[in-house]
Amino acid sequence: MSLRENPPRESAPTPVSTGSNPEDAVYHTWTGRARVALLRRLPADKLLPEDQPGYVASWIYVFGMGAIVSLVFILASGVILGLNGPAWYHLSDLGHFVNSVHLWSVELFFMTMVVHLWGKYWMAAWRGGRTLTWITGMGAFLVSIVTAFTGYLLQTNFDSQWIAFEGKDALNAAGIGAWFNVANLGQIFMFHIILLPLAVGAVVALHVVLVRMHGVVPPLEAADTDAQLQPGAQGDAGEAGR
Amino acid sequence: MHDFVSIFASLDSPGIYLGWGAFQIQLGNLIVILVMILLFVLALFLPFPSGRKRK
Repeated sequence: MSLRENPPRESAPTPVSTGSNPEDAVYHTWTGRARVALLRRLPADKLLPEDQPGYVASWIYVFGMGAIVSLVFILASGVILGLNGPAWYHLSDLGHFVNSVHLWSVELFFMTMVVHLWGKYWMAAWRGGRTLTWITGMGAFLVSIVTAFTGYLLQTNFDSQWIAFEGKDALNAAGIGAWFNVANLGQIFMFHIILLPLAVGAVVALHVVLVRMHGVVPPLEAADTDAQLQPGAQGDAGEAGR
Repeated sequence: MHDFVSIFASLDSPGIYLGWGAFQIQLGNLIVILVMILLFVLALFLPFPSGRKRK
């Protein structure tokens, strides 16, 4: 048996530059084209900015981040609850504590998210090409409500039993009772710990990426001539206009 | 004191309901809504602490 040399491979096509700007290069693969398109829409300095425009220095701009922090606490406490099970969180002191952390994180999540929603509504935050940002925010709100509802069903007490048997008629009337059976604890458990958290996480992640792409929405009273809204300003708020 | 705490802490308690005519709301829900409105108003008017100089 002899060693054979590998046949010479064709070298991978190199990008053909049409100018001095690397972004003008012509790429021959979908991965290369996708990379250029993504980096053009969301360059690294927009994804992880060093600074924010001055108008962000207001308390009304902190509630979105408050909701994200609450979500982190919800996910962490939820993992612990899921791994230890109902007997643990009903009967042990630590279980009660983690269960309460989970509940109060949800309370804070909804409170901060709704105040964030009010703030963005009254500053018409869908301005300047931010329509999808607004829609994903509303999507996160709606999916979170369904997730919280399944959480109430998982208390495994008389309260959750009552909620399930009040809710089943409405869901049956809506025609989805066969696929979303609130009286089926196992099914609701899977919805609550896998499908819905993934959905909330994905929608929130998309929402945050869109905020980074378009920049934080400027206040209504910001002047068009404001230097922070001009193209090239930090956050590139001026790119999308007002 | 224990009875007072148990009213708010017991899972078996139906809670305290407030009503004005046809409108009825649980005290806990009313408190949460009022706190959210308070947070919103405070966020609009309270000055933000100035950190390092921003652009």
